Amino acid sequence: MWTWFHKFGSPPHAYRLLGKLAPWFGWTSLALILLATWWGLVKAPADYQQGDGFRILYVHAPSAWMSMFIYVVMAIAAAIGLIWRMKIAHAASAACAPVGASFTLLALVTGAIWGKPMWGTWWVWDARLTSELILLFLYLGYMALRSSFDDPQRADRAAAVLAIVGVINIPIIHYSVEWWTTLHQPASVTKMSRPTIALPMLIPLFLMIIGFQLYFGWVLCRRLRGEILRRERNASWLKEA
Amino acid sequence: MSLQDFFEMGGYAAYVWPCYALTAIVLCWNAWAARRSEVAEQLAARRRMDHPSEGR
Repeated sequence: MWTWFHKFGSPPHAYRLLGKLAPWFGWTSLALILLATWWGLVKAPADYQQGDGFRILYVHAPSAWMSMFIYVVMAIAAAIGLIWRMKIAHAASAACAPVGASFTLLALVTGAIWGKPMWGTWWVWDARLTSELILLFLYLGYMALRSSFDDPQRADRAAAVLAIVGVINIPIIHYSVEWWTTLHQPASVTKMSRPTIALPMLIPLFLMIIGFQLYFGWVLCRRLRGEILRRERNASWLKEA
Repeated sequence: MSLQDFFEMGGYAAYVWPCYALTAIVLCWNAWAARRSEVAEQLAARRRMDHPSEGR
């Protein structure tokens, strides 16, 4: 494991590995997302309460899940970068931020569009919605902080501290529907017991989430390769790559 | 389910389709932006190699 760790920490090796991995992530994610879209829109039965309106679930829940998942990845990468002074970890953390921010915005907007017919309102200042909005501000703050430094190493460290502190918000988002009364429905998939959603509705949701995860893998490969090239601008290995 | 039913989404068409369209936009934008930054850095790296005197 440690040899792998050191190997991946070396920019030329990581650059080549990411280039090889990316197409696998890309094509499987494309196939899964298309399959899940068809399954969710056509094959899955309509909900007995929400009719066909519930189909928004298949884009809303995966993007909300990704908004939190990417934040955790970003914070873990930042922590690795701080503790082991690993440059590539900081680069990975930086590559996560814009992707995570876009999924957070997507979760908020699709949630608002879903809220209108089901709750009768686009927005309420309740715990789930507000904590997700704070997540968006954390991403934006992270990117703003990073771009406010001229020295890349100081930018890495300052942004890493923000990312790690902000991780507190993730359990708050997750448990917000249990800790406070809210319009938002409680979790129906990530339950300790059995999920409270019917299997024919659950399968496309799982496919979509896996598809989104792999899609994020592809985007991260591409972005990280760009980050590596930018940070290694004077390295001699670039001539071979 | 007929094609007409599919597009009407049980009366929720005005909510369901914008959500899927926005998702498609976000996915395409991320893919495009990621690929663009990668290609831009590759081109910049190649330029630096061909003209070592310019830039840092």
